[in-house]
Amino acid sequence: MLECKALELRQGDFVLSADLQFAPGKVTALIGPSGAGKSTLLGALAGFLAPVSGAVLWDSRDLAYDAPGDRPMSVLFQDNNLFPHLTIAQNVGLALRPNLRLSAADKDRISDVLAQVGLAGFDHRKPAALSGGQQSRAALARVLIADRPIVLLDEPFAALGPGLKDDMLDLVQTQLAAGRRTLIMVTHDPADAKRIADQVVLVADGVAAAPVGTDALFADPPAALVSYLGVGMG
Amino acid sequence: MKTPTYLPAVAGLALCATGALAETPVLQVMTYDSFVSEWGPGPSVEAAFEETCACDLQFVGTGDGAALLARLQLEGPRTDADIVLGLDTNLTAAARETGLFAPHGVEVDLSLPIAWTDPEFLPFDWGYFAFVGNEGDAAPTSLRALAESDVQVVIQDPRSSTPGLGLLMWVKAAYGDEADAVWADLADNIVTVTPGWSEAYGMFLDGEADAVLSYTTSPAYHLIAEDDASKVAWRFDEGHYMQVEVAGKLAATDQPELADQFLAFMVSDAFQSIIPTTNWMYPAVTPAEGLPEGFETLMTPEKSLLLSPEDAAAKRDAALDEWRAALSQ
Amino acid sequence: MARSPVAITPFWPGAAAAALVLLLTIGTLAAVAWRAKWDAGLSVADWAAIRFTIVQALVSAGLSVVLAIPVARALARRRFAGRQMLITLLGAPFLLPVIVAVLGLLAVFGRGGMVNNALTGLGFEPISIFGFHGVVLAHVFFNLPLAIRLILQGWLAIPAERFRLAATLNASVWRMLEWPMLRAVAPSTFLVIFLICLTSFAVALTLGGGPRATTVELAIYQALRFDFDLGRAALLACVQFALCVMAAAVVWRISLVDGMGAGLDRVVQRWDTDRPVLDYIFIAAATVFLLLPLSMVVLRGLPGLFDLPTSIWAAALRSVIVAIGSAMLCVAMALALALRGGALVSVIGVLPLAASGLVVGTGAFLIVFPFVRPSDVALIVTMLVNATLALPFALRAVAPAVAAVQSDFGRLAISLNLTGWSWVRIVVLPRVRRPLGFAAGLAAALSMGDLGVITLFAGQAQETLPLAMYRLMGAYRMADAAGAALVLLALSLALFWICDRGGRADA
Repeated sequence: MLECKALELRQGDFVLSADLQFAPGKVTALIGPSGAGKSTLLGALAGFLAPVSGAVLWDSRDLAYDAPGDRPMSVLFQDNNLFPHLTIAQNVGLALRPNLRLSAADKDRISDVLAQVGLAGFDHRKPAALSGGQQSRAALARVLIADRPIVLLDEPFAALGPGLKDDMLDLVQTQLAAGRRTLIMVTHDPADAKRIADQVVLVADGVAAAPVGTDALFADPPAALVSYLGVGMG
Repeated sequence: MKTPTYLPAVAGLALCATGALAETPVLQVMTYDSFVSEWGPGPSVEAAFEETCACDLQFVGTGDGAALLARLQLEGPRTDADIVLGLDTNLTAAARETGLFAPHGVEVDLSLPIAWTDPEFLPFDWGYFAFVGNEGDAAPTSLRALAESDVQVVIQDPRSSTPGLGLLMWVKAAYGDEADAVWADLADNIVTVTPGWSEAYGMFLDGEADAVLSYTTSPAYHLIAEDDASKVAWRFDEGHYMQVEVAGKLAATDQPELADQFLAFMVSDAFQSIIPTTNWMYPAVTPAEGLPEGFETLMTPEKSLLLSPEDAAAKRDAALDEWRAALSQ
Repeated sequence: MARSPVAITPFWPGAAAAALVLLLTIGTLAAVAWRAKWDAGLSVADWAAIRFTIVQALVSAGLSVVLAIPVARALARRRFAGRQMLITLLGAPFLLPVIVAVLGLLAVFGRGGMVNNALTGLGFEPISIFGFHGVVLAHVFFNLPLAIRLILQGWLAIPAERFRLAATLNASVWRMLEWPMLRAVAPSTFLVIFLICLTSFAVALTLGGGPRATTVELAIYQALRFDFDLGRAALLACVQFALCVMAAAVVWRISLVDGMGAGLDRVVQRWDTDRPVLDYIFIAAATVFLLLPLSMVVLRGLPGLFDLPTSIWAAALRSVIVAIGSAMLCVAMALALALRGGALVSVIGVLPLAASGLVVGTGAFLIVFPFVRPSDVALIVTMLVNATLALPFALRAVAPAVAAVQSDFGRLAISLNLTGWSWVRIVVLPRVRRPLGFAAGLAAALSMGDLGVITLFAGQAQETLPLAMYRLMGAYRMADAAGAALVLLALSLALFWICDRGGRADA
């Protein structure tokens, strides 16, 4: 289980505290207004930001000394998830071999995973030859092949149109969540949370609140969420 | 064919190779750059000396005469060089002061227009500084006349070039305390001052000036090598300052006999006959067969000027200040 | 607790590169100072030299930048056949050995040059190139190409979307885009050229017309060669470093942002491109000014070209090998420093510009001499020194590109454990090929023309092409020397072109 224990983060003047647990095998949405610190929290989980105090624990073990690449998690960023000069197969293969010395068996696995996300035969294309949705699928394929127990999503589909975004969320749910992975996704759109999240962490006013079941939360939103939703809708 | 050594590994191999041939004694002569160049005396001198010495004569070339002294001072007593060849009398006082040189011990009749008694430095060639212009142009007949004319000349900087320093001493030797006034009059005749001889001579040949500070022997190059008689050296009434180029033996040499042998060879016909058409200077000892054809056409000054090394060294800084002040007006 | 979370590349390559730069700049100065007998301070003449040095460098750099702006703007706005070739050729004067360029300039502006022939033909008084204006003219000739190049890169780095935005807002492109870009790019360009002019001496002396035009570097030359006054040389070298630090501090106060992009083949589509005639006039004027003296170098060289002594070709080969070696070294150092990043790297990136070539050479000699025969390491030391001296230019081209790759893909790579050499090989190198190729070309070409260190180290067997050219001149063989100069020019340009091209190929 992934846990933030008395975690305190600071970036310049900005401070965020979190003391919470992410239910294993569930999808958790981080929701809150812009600048509230959703991505900051995600960055700390991934290991890009060292906490001021407190710790990120995985199965009760402090991850402080694990480099981002050694942590049990994959990350999908807002953009630049693919290296433009590498082929799709190479981009996916990085998760298997960071030095890109791929064996024939590796290449077969990559083709299989690509087929799994609907990109059969795209192995040797460059990202620029793919549509936005296809690029997202390729990035997803890499997360699948990395096969780590936690997946962090930092609004990776924000640039897609609503239909495509929903397709991708569904794909995330069927492919990733089905594998008993712990998913944590940043979103500013409540609809995303409602679509696939089991629970929601509200990030506002310098605090990441304990997770609440999605349905329960939206049925009886706390004040901070109301003001955010109000602003969001206005 | 020379073996270029590009990499330390190759250099290392080369060192091992020379180690194996260590029986052949090596005589290292440090000299100025143009002496060792393909067109200078170096290659012929090397061949001629190695015929007689059963040794390996190696030249180390470095910049011009002044750079040569600086290089020697940088290396100090630990230098590998056995002989330093190419200093002139403006530099020998400073060279003597390093205490690195030993007496040359050579007794020879020199064909210099002046008496030579220096115990440490032995001349190998000499020449007169002169302004070289084009045949047919009106030629001034003295430094004063040049200063009063509107003839345009290019000279070298005495702070970076030996001919430049030679002119400084020329004016000083000819005019003494009036030197600054002469420089003041010359200022409007000087197109520009170049860092070295090559730049100045190149600019003269390209027509940037009517004349260039060079040597009375410069026209010999054009006459002999290019069959071109259009360059002439101007004779000045005050007399012409000399450049005497000398060599000296380093006291710390590990080949003292070989070094002595070289100095004796240096004033022999075999060496001296190479000098006129490679270094384009007068040989220090006129060879038995005389000077090459063409040298008889050269202008010979009525009067030779030369300050003693100690005098030259003592007057240099004040002369430089005069020069700078006069030309900075 | 505060473990630094992101360390994508190891520490040591950047540290090694920085150490080499410091050794060859500050270290060589220290070696000279160490051997010095300290008995004299600076003389009145030295102070005059310092004043002249600063004034001519200020005017030369200012004029270069001001003149480069309209030309760079025109080149950024116009697309025409041969534009790329022209940009490469316009860079040529910057790559020339001083004496070659000076003789080329004289063939145009000198007493018997084209300009004066035209003037006297029309019944006017001839003009003299010699004097303060001659020094400035030559420095502008040398450095205008660099200024154009750097400012053009700034222009091309403005994203196309911004021009579109400006067009839709009907806003002034000048006020909204170009002026802010120039504020970021022009001061640092000025700094680079100011520093180049600060350490020049052959140009100033040859064209300056007399000892008034004495620069600090000439005073250093005199101290080292004639007076063997290492103390004064070291003191003067410190003055040069101090001037560099002051200039850098002023410039960095004015502009902290370095908006350098990489691409040069891109003409951004724009909506404000009226007045094409004016643009073409600027381009034509710069072309004539820069290429006319260059063609005179070619014309002077042609007669001597076909009976050059064979040793010239051996020297040329040696020069090419040194140039390639120092280009590779320079690029590796630039990459290592760029990956490291940070303020120290920007300091190290300008330090070599302020170093006196003579002090570097002398110091290197003092460091090396106790251990090996200087002529044995002549080519290696030449490579190292040239790589270091070209580093500021390489770093300016490479560092922004590396920073962009790091900000775009650094986190992704770290999360994939794609770090160290794999990160450099798989991501950085392919993505910064263009600036890398440009930097390699520049370093190679600058090294081709170098005559600084080699003169102190070289024996007979290490003769490089510029040295061979000088030796030809020293032996009265001016026609052969002009031929050698032409070979040098052609090889420098060819090396630059090949490297620059290599960086672009199918990228």
